[in-house]
Amino acid sequence: MLAFTIRRAFQSLIVLLVVGLVAFSMFNFVGDPVDNMLGQERTGADIERLRTQLGLDQPFPVQYYRFLEGAVQGNFGISYRQGRPVSDVISERIAATLELAMVSAILAIVFGVALGVFTAIRRNGWAANIIMSLSLIGVSLPTFLIGILLIYLFAVELGWLPSFGRGETVDLGWWRTGLLTESGRKAIILPAITLGLYQMTLIMRLVRSEMLEVLRQDYIRFARARGLKDRSVYFRHALKNTLVPVITVTGMQLGSIIAFAIITETVFQWPGVGLLFINAIRFVDIPVMAAYLMLISVMFVSINLVVDLLYFAIDPRLRADRSGSGK
Amino acid sequence: MKMKTMLLATLILAGMSTFASAQTLRWARAGDALTLDPHAQNEGPTTALIHQIMEPLIIRDMTGAPVPALATEWGPSEEDPNVWWFKLREGVKFHDGAEFDSEDVVFSFERAMTPDSDYKELLSSVTEVRANGKYGFEIVTDGPNPIMPSNLTNLFIMDKDWAEANGAVKVQDYEGGEDTFASRNANGTGPYSLVSRETDAQTVLTINEDYWGMDEFPMQVKEIIYTPIQNQATRVAALLSGEVDFIQDVPVQDLARVNDTDGLQVITAEQNRVIFFGMNQGDADLTTDNVEGANPLADLRVRQAINMSINREAIQQVVMRGQSIPAGVIMPPFVNGWTAELDAVPANDIDAAKALMSEAGYGDGFSIRLNCPNDRYINDEAICQAAVGMLAQIGITIQLEALPKAQHFPLLGNLETDFYMLGWGVPTYDSEYIFNFLVHTKGEKFGSWNATRFSDPELDVKIQALASETDLEKRNQMIAEIWAVVQAEQVYIPIHHQVLNWGMSDSVGTIVDPEDTPKFKYFEFAS
Repeated sequence: MLAFTIRRAFQSLIVLLVVGLVAFSMFNFVGDPVDNMLGQERTGADIERLRTQLGLDQPFPVQYYRFLEGAVQGNFGISYRQGRPVSDVISERIAATLELAMVSAILAIVFGVALGVFTAIRRNGWAANIIMSLSLIGVSLPTFLIGILLIYLFAVELGWLPSFGRGETVDLGWWRTGLLTESGRKAIILPAITLGLYQMTLIMRLVRSEMLEVLRQDYIRFARARGLKDRSVYFRHALKNTLVPVITVTGMQLGSIIAFAIITETVFQWPGVGLLFINAIRFVDIPVMAAYLMLISVMFVSINLVVDLLYFAIDPRLRADRSGSGK
Repeated sequence: MKMKTMLLATLILAGMSTFASAQTLRWARAGDALTLDPHAQNEGPTTALIHQIMEPLIIRDMTGAPVPALATEWGPSEEDPNVWWFKLREGVKFHDGAEFDSEDVVFSFERAMTPDSDYKELLSSVTEVRANGKYGFEIVTDGPNPIMPSNLTNLFIMDKDWAEANGAVKVQDYEGGEDTFASRNANGTGPYSLVSRETDAQTVLTINEDYWGMDEFPMQVKEIIYTPIQNQATRVAALLSGEVDFIQDVPVQDLARVNDTDGLQVITAEQNRVIFFGMNQGDADLTTDNVEGANPLADLRVRQAINMSINREAIQQVVMRGQSIPAGVIMPPFVNGWTAELDAVPANDIDAAKALMSEAGYGDGFSIRLNCPNDRYINDEAICQAAVGMLAQIGITIQLEALPKAQHFPLLGNLETDFYMLGWGVPTYDSEYIFNFLVHTKGEKFGSWNATRFSDPELDVKIQALASETDLEKRNQMIAEIWAVVQAEQVYIPIHHQVLNWGMSDSVGTIVDPEDTPKFKYFEFAS
């Protein structure tokens, strides 16, 4: 177990370094930040001076090395767009993104699993069929369109929910939350649905097909023959055995929820890191882009690690396999 | 039954929102201010926000006319033509209660002249700034500068003691690694003071009850809640749903929608920005065309033919949905030097254009690349696409390359484009600004945005002479002469003047500021 963890951690580190290298080699193609940073009246000399000052005249491996050097010491540089330390800018905004991701992940899991089980049990019922058809919308419509449709319906036409922003937030010192105020809770509903809809339908369809698979198996038939209650059969025996693939996918999706909150955040002007990243790209704010990409890859890598470790906890066979092969 | 509860809920919500907006103005636009440091960024949304909190010596009112702010009177000195004197307003206090005097002005100007400041070029002719008593201030320039005051309308005054106490003497820079206090906090003399600010989320300002102009201006907006909303559909939705009262930059496709909604209005005015094409007319050969050993754009007849082939009315009607004003000169109409004759829209005459093309030896046409931004001006890429079709009529085949602004503008700076789109605003409201950046030969100090390779040493001398010509009549004569050359040489192909659209609740009364900078002290509420 320990060896496994260490090995995975080492692999993760290599993945991170490669991500950073690729990111820095791409920054040259995003454009030139200097033009955005200096006003319309800048002279050629200003441009040269700032380029040298920022080290943009260096080849990208040198820039990357400098970034790593700083990053190891916890210094991610200064945002070109805001003129403030990147670590401050990101830590200020990460709470908004994590909160949004958390709420939409919970929505996606709760509704996804519940509807998945429901549609599997009532395979031929009309309600299940309607849900299945509707779920196609969730899979096929792009996020920004769903967001705009929701805004149009609930903000413009019905006037129930706000169309943008986070509402009022409460600063807990280490975490700025919107969940404690009414306007904050209202504001999170539409973006959370927008962000979680795709994952929800995905989980639902996955749970459904896994359930159908499991329900066909002999031990379910025997369980029924033993006269167990339906509830016990479905939830204790069937559902539990569908969970391994579901957890894998959900885990991976959790990473994407955070990483791809970019679009949802732009549509709803949600002040999280996704919006920050979009603005960084437009402004060619290299320090923010680099830090964000590193952050996201750290997140993906650690989620993968956790998912792998969860397998151990859930599936005893894996445990046996691993320890067997390890020796 | 359900319908009834829904209606009731809607009514209650609607009622609440009108109540909340009685004296609060909820303002949204696409971009957020980059910083609150008054000298760090000379950029639209940044100066627009700072204008509510801090003041320059001279400000432009909502029509664009310069009016007194922290200076009450000013003029060129009679003894020394290189000096401008300013009489400062007495009894003005900063938001923290500190008194405003000439010490603060000297400090702010000196701060704005440091290398990290975005305003140093506007002050490049300044050799010294000095106090003349507690409420007198003088600017010494390296030669007479007749239009000095128009360079100062965005030059904000900070409190010296506040800056010193908070470590904000230096303009925010990118190398230090320290968070400049002034980038997140502001202490000005302006009509509103900063309550809270979260970048890209929300900035709250409240009225400064001790403002010197409380009686002079309407001052009906008591609180400003500023939210950037980048996505245009969301921005319009926020206005339609009554969550904001005022949005700048209404997308052209939504104008009718907003106008047709009860309780909302759109007001429109010409913006201080003209859109045009530039052409490489200086190089012997072009890299992006298919003509070997010659530069077709160096031939005046080809440039004239291009100018004739552009159907500006069609661009206005189809691409801009009526929201633009076709232009004949690369100068917004309020700029000193503008005349209706210069701005007369060139005739769209394909036959004459074709004749010119064959006269120049390009009867069979040629192909060339057109560089265009796709996120900078209103419908920029669509304008270029329209131009592709129009130029095809006279045999010019265009490879259109539309790029984000961060990639487009370096092409101009590095002279890597032969045919490009550019937009230009004139903050000083004087032709000299256009000549300095767009007409003068590209060099260290002048012509930094002139990517046409156009160079006329005689004209350069004349342009530089403008800076110190104090006889305004003579100066205007020189401006007219320079424009005559620019027009005759067809240095640029003007397209149109951009139009600003502000969408707002019916109860908000204002006119559109040509620089897209709302000054809320002028806003009124109809009750």
